[in-house]
Amino acid sequence: MNRCTERIFNGLVKENPTFVLMLGMCPTLAVTTSAINGIGMGLSTTAVLVMSNMLISMLRKIIPDSVRMPAFIVVVASFVTIVDFLLEGFVPSLYDSLGLYIPLIVVNCIILGRAESYASKNPVLPSLFDGLGMGLGFTVGLTCIGIVRELIGSGMVFGVQILPDSYVPITIFILAPGAFFVLACLVALQNKVKKSLADRGRKVPEASGCAAGCGSCGNRAVCGGHMLPSEKIDKE
Amino acid sequence: MNENYKVSASPHIRDRVKSSNLMLLVVIALLPAAIFGMWNFRHENAWILVAVTTVSAVLAEYIYEKLMHKPITVNDFSAVVTGLLLALNLPPTLPWWMGVLGAVFAIVVVKQLFGGLGQNFMNPALAARCFLLISFTGDMTYFVYDGVTGATPLAELKAGEAVNTMDMLLGNIRGTIGETSVIAIMIGAMFLLLMGVIEITIPASYLLSFIVFIVLFGGHGLDAQYITAHLCGGGLMLGAWFMATDYVTSPITTKGRIIYGICLGLLTGLFRLFGGSAEGVSYAIIIGNLLVPLIEKVTLPKPFGKGGEK
Repeated sequence: MNRCTERIFNGLVKENPTFVLMLGMCPTLAVTTSAINGIGMGLSTTAVLVMSNMLISMLRKIIPDSVRMPAFIVVVASFVTIVDFLLEGFVPSLYDSLGLYIPLIVVNCIILGRAESYASKNPVLPSLFDGLGMGLGFTVGLTCIGIVRELIGSGMVFGVQILPDSYVPITIFILAPGAFFVLACLVALQNKVKKSLADRGRKVPEASGCAAGCGSCGNRAVCGGHMLPSEKIDKE
Repeated sequence: MNENYKVSASPHIRDRVKSSNLMLLVVIALLPAAIFGMWNFRHENAWILVAVTTVSAVLAEYIYEKLMHKPITVNDFSAVVTGLLLALNLPPTLPWWMGVLGAVFAIVVVKQLFGGLGQNFMNPALAARCFLLISFTGDMTYFVYDGVTGATPLAELKAGEAVNTMDMLLGNIRGTIGETSVIAIMIGAMFLLLMGVIEITIPASYLLSFIVFIVLFGGHGLDAQYITAHLCGGGLMLGAWFMATDYVTSPITTKGRIIYGICLGLLTGLFRLFGGSAEGVSYAIIIGNLLVPLIEKVTLPKPFGKGGEK
């Protein structure tokens, strides 16, 4: 498979940041009260991710190893500031509902994680597609959670009334506990699908956890090369 | 010598008592409150809600265990207790399907997903009540008595109005189905105490610490009428006797139970006097449930011979 399309598939399915890697949980749980918030947050993160991956990949030979974290943060923060101003200027309603979570993209662990584990070691074009894949995976995850929560919690999807007027919304789903219920159910669902695929002998995409392989990963001491949520479940 | 052989924490003697017997006794003890509630709210057809909620709790347990290929434990009556307790905590006018939703939430999410009877970390009936309260605030705080809508006596008390404590004792007031009559609840509680199903430790420390809190911070000092109204109002009696004493979600040791009871009393007083709504028993008990593992850790008895002088 072409390296670039492989990166996109990796981000969307194999290492989906929301459902497989369980990264970026803070925005995932906090802003997905509606589908539009989920998609807005996902696309903002995607924009930052693509741009920062690209720039960090370009600068990977210039940034000294010892100060790479502050350097990454500066790059990411610059792009987040740009996105912040753009959202405020062009989609003020979305900006209001996402609020504090836009500046908080700076500390989103998906972005720093991709910078550290992929962009700082790979050429520009694959890094760009890696950011795009991860960002789209994040967007899909957030939008799914947002759709379910909005549908059950207010009977609407993207602000359009779907369920009949006689439906009484279960408000807890657009409050904090609902985020946990929906996330847990969706993760369980995708594990179930993967398991039944594996049972029928189909090849299941396995998350390797770290794109660059375990050799160069700083977390190897912690995970021992077995950080994979889906693998763990299959073995048990 | 007897002191040395007194073992209190773990059950070691084989007895004829089984979970199903105990749960059946709790069901019997709940009947006075349930029957009074159904009669009290007969104009609102409360019996339908009670029946539907209880039956759907049992069905939810049966269907879940069938689907998951687990042993069917419907016969131990624990689902009946959960369903009935939940129903007694609902306002009589609640649409029946909300009762079903609450029962399914209690059994499937709070009890079965954590491993079934004995594994749940908080009281399923109360967790379901809080789930419904957050989801359908309007319906869950809509109280009617004899066709007249209004505030519960506890809310009137909070607003500084006078309340009739005699009515609160008898149960001729607005409230949830099972909480109104203190006398009916006490009949069931006495039955449980006499049969040895519950000990008085938790309810006593709960109610005493609550009274102390009300006297200190209620602004009425030792006004007996005010204290009685607080004791008889809302779900305090039902919670203290039937839900705080739940075996699974309360501490094992006596010391732990006293600490647990005091925590519940303080939390309930705090929510009632300083919280936004008039009632806080259910939140106090589920927060207390979450503290139980910590309380157990602190009050774990030392094995004989450990520690001592060095």
